[in-house]
Amino acid sequence: MPRIPVLKIKDVLVVSLQVEMQDRLALELQDDVLSTLKRTGARGLLIDVSGLDVVDSFLGRIVADTASMARLMGAKTVLAGLQPAVAITLTELGLSLPQIRTALNLEKGLALLENDD
Amino acid sequence: MSDTPAPITVEVASEEDVVVARTKGKEMAKTMGFGTVDQTRIATGISELTRNILQYAQRGHLTLRPLDTQVRQGLEILAEDNGPGIANLNVVLEGRHQPTRGLGLGIPGTRRLMDEFQMTSQVGQGTRVRCVKWLT
Repeated sequence: MPRIPVLKIKDVLVVSLQVEMQDRLALELQDDVLSTLKRTGARGLLIDVSGLDVVDSFLGRIVADTASMARLMGAKTVLAGLQPAVAITLTELGLSLPQIRTALNLEKGLALLENDD
Repeated sequence: MSDTPAPITVEVASEEDVVVARTKGKEMAKTMGFGTVDQTRIATGISELTRNILQYAQRGHLTLRPLDTQVRQGLEILAEDNGPGIANLNVVLEGRHQPTRGLGLGIPGTRRLMDEFQMTSQVGQGTRVRCVKWLT
């Protein structure tokens, strides 16, 4: 089964969710992100979701949990590239992800994390 | 209406089936002329309902059916299982259910995404959810 790569740019880990996310893949990603955070001491986590056209409450919870865990390990999370229809649907579902900062795209997300220190 | 899609039933017994079901739902919605946001609402609702089937009943099925009432067209989503059923539906419907896995948002959330929503359940018999999204 494929895994989602966790890339590091300066002090920021970047993951891009582009495929149809299945539960196992999402949970593996959570593990990979946290172990890479520990290994590299990265200060930021950028999650690109521009390729996702469906985010249900399960995946939404994984993203929210991963952000909480990353925060406990000293890293801030930015969610980048949420499609408008997904943003509308997530809010209607009742999942507004209040603790996660968002950016319009990857570039703006990276800038947000880099300018934070 | 030129080409009404045929009804589809998807057996739900694995995570892969959740993706198959919501992909088919989205395709049907698109074929019927639903806009992007409604397509996403439909796909997300299907994802929640099929996930619930897996989690609580292990298996079941999901049927997608175009409706045409002369006055309007809609997409009907029927999720059925023969699982343990739910003793207190109101707790689930009102979002007061606190599951160990998940947020308890699936059912109340799906209800908000759809135009019609009916849920029936009998302990020991199973659960049935019927929703409709109307094409406006």
